[in-house]
Amino acid sequence: MDAISGLALGFGHALSLANLGWALLGCFLGTAIGVLPGIGPALTIALLLPITYSVSATGAFILFCGIFYGAMYGGSTTSILLNTPGESGSIITALEGAKMARNGRAGPALATSAIGSFVAGTVGTLGIAFLGPIVVDLALELGPAEYFSLMVLCFVTVSAVLGGSAVRGLTSLAFGLLLGLVGIDLQTGQPRLTFGIPELLDGVNVVLVAVALFAVGETLYLAWRHIEGTQEVREVGSIMMSRSDLKRSFWPWMRGAALGFPFGVMPAGGTEMPTMLSYYAERKLASPEAQAEFGTTGAIEGVAGPEAANNAAAAGVLVPMLTLGLPTSATAAIMLSAFQSYGIQPGPLLFTSQAELVWTLIASLFIANVMLVVLNLPLVGLWARILKIPQPQLYAGILVFATIGTYGISNSVVDLVLLYGIGIVAMFMRRFDFPVAPVVIGMILGPMAEQAMRQALTISQGDWTTFVTRPVSLVILLVALAALAGPRLYGAWMRRVAG
Amino acid sequence: MTKRARPDPADLGAALFVLALGGLAVWQTIAIPRSPIYAQVGPTLVPWLVAAALLVLGALLTASALRGGWSADVTEVAEAPPPNPRSLGLLLAGLLANLVLIVPLGFTVAATAQFVLTAAAFGSRAWLRNLGIAFVVSLGAYVLFVKALGVNIGAGLIEGLFFGVPD
Repeated sequence: MDAISGLALGFGHALSLANLGWALLGCFLGTAIGVLPGIGPALTIALLLPITYSVSATGAFILFCGIFYGAMYGGSTTSILLNTPGESGSIITALEGAKMARNGRAGPALATSAIGSFVAGTVGTLGIAFLGPIVVDLALELGPAEYFSLMVLCFVTVSAVLGGSAVRGLTSLAFGLLLGLVGIDLQTGQPRLTFGIPELLDGVNVVLVAVALFAVGETLYLAWRHIEGTQEVREVGSIMMSRSDLKRSFWPWMRGAALGFPFGVMPAGGTEMPTMLSYYAERKLASPEAQAEFGTTGAIEGVAGPEAANNAAAAGVLVPMLTLGLPTSATAAIMLSAFQSYGIQPGPLLFTSQAELVWTLIASLFIANVMLVVLNLPLVGLWARILKIPQPQLYAGILVFATIGTYGISNSVVDLVLLYGIGIVAMFMRRFDFPVAPVVIGMILGPMAEQAMRQALTISQGDWTTFVTRPVSLVILLVALAALAGPRLYGAWMRRVAG
Repeated sequence: MTKRARPDPADLGAALFVLALGGLAVWQTIAIPRSPIYAQVGPTLVPWLVAAALLVLGALLTASALRGGWSADVTEVAEAPPPNPRSLGLLLAGLLANLVLIVPLGFTVAATAQFVLTAAAFGSRAWLRNLGIAFVVSLGAYVLFVKALGVNIGAGLIEGLFFGVPD
């Protein structure tokens, strides 16, 4: 199905009252959790996974995607008003946004980030609609060997390319793979890594791990490094942008969107890199008067560009997730496990076997963007008030809901021990700068990669060279190798040139 | 990058933990029973690969820790506020309280205890007010999950008092 007829079908379903309701609820929840420091979209969607037992797949995914998009909008509000990024993509926004807020220009900063998010979200969603079917056509040619290689590439980029260190990223990934191995091996029926504990035969629950990493670990770390005192929330003021604000924001929005989307689509995933690149680009391209505002009074270009890049990249992440079944961020990985709990096989066949679901979802993303810009501009005062919830009660509440989310799955104290145990590991991971996203991705993608590898080797009758003799598979593996070794070789070469 | 010859004991601890995790993986992989079903790739291959990866990565981390470690080079770690053992202790006590209380006394009591201790960990001194908020939030969450969503999260003392003893 091509994009136009797909969208026509999708809007037909998305505009139903129930689906509009799910989108609105998702946008509202997403903005709220994006605003609140300490909770992100991955944790929220993980805690809401039990609704997959009672809500239709379409409704649940509209809700999840609304949360995903909404968190990107809400994150910028926290960055600007509190100078504390709500999620990783808005770290850069805090640079200029918080400075604008300190100089009484919080309103225009919030407005340019909301409108920029809308522009980029719309561009990104158009990208999903038109690029998706093309990627699907290509993906249908891929066999298990190519799939396995793609997953290897995904593992390498999410753990070794992003973040501070390849060794620490890969260690996180290996920890995730280990967690994914726990339970009965589906092909041979043998129990693996269960320590003889019967509760572990079904494997470690994804919700449990996500909650442990994102809620328990984070809260423990914050308590460990707690300093008495409260943070100051800046006043919003008027959100009207002047004509010059608009003129200065327009091209940064466009460039940010154009920069962010490809980064999201590529398995290099993540929103940190495109937001950073956009920031440096805008800083270079700004007029001399505006350049003087960078780092001093706060330049609007430095908010508009990175915010657009952030949202476009977030939209881009949905392309490999929907077309290939490959998650390149923790949130996408949790959504993938939601597909699995509906018994839907994510991958290229999704666009044909679940055409209605996919296109309704894409149409809902357009609707969610409109809802979000409305929710975030006139209602920004409401979100600013959420920021005033005192920290002690906020984190106490987060932990209570984290416990419910885990205990509700199985009513087993073994699960609570695992939750707190992995939470303590996550606290130390934060302390020693090990990224947590690769754990989630390794845990969810690991079993899929093992299955693809076994299928490929069954087809080739145990011949391992199948991964390098099939040309597409070989190319993908070479790219993965380059991604792993490239930065190190480049560094060594630079040192040699410099020395 | 500055060159430091002295080992970083904290980083060494983290590296040894990764090695221990690798050892745990080896032990559990050996414990996987032989599969009676023929498979081109058996159930132990991937566990062996993951165990090997953990051991290699652990060795690399140990080498790095012995050469001065990595923590000092990460700004986020280097600029982090100093440890606050009192806050961490209160929070861990909250987790432990929940773990111990949830089966005998039910969700509301356990969650209330956890809430109050967590709030205290983050510096709130208003014990009585927190107790009130905790009770309302926990009971509200119980009603939402058990009565509205149908997810059982553990009935006990308080729940029995309000809604009768469940079957």
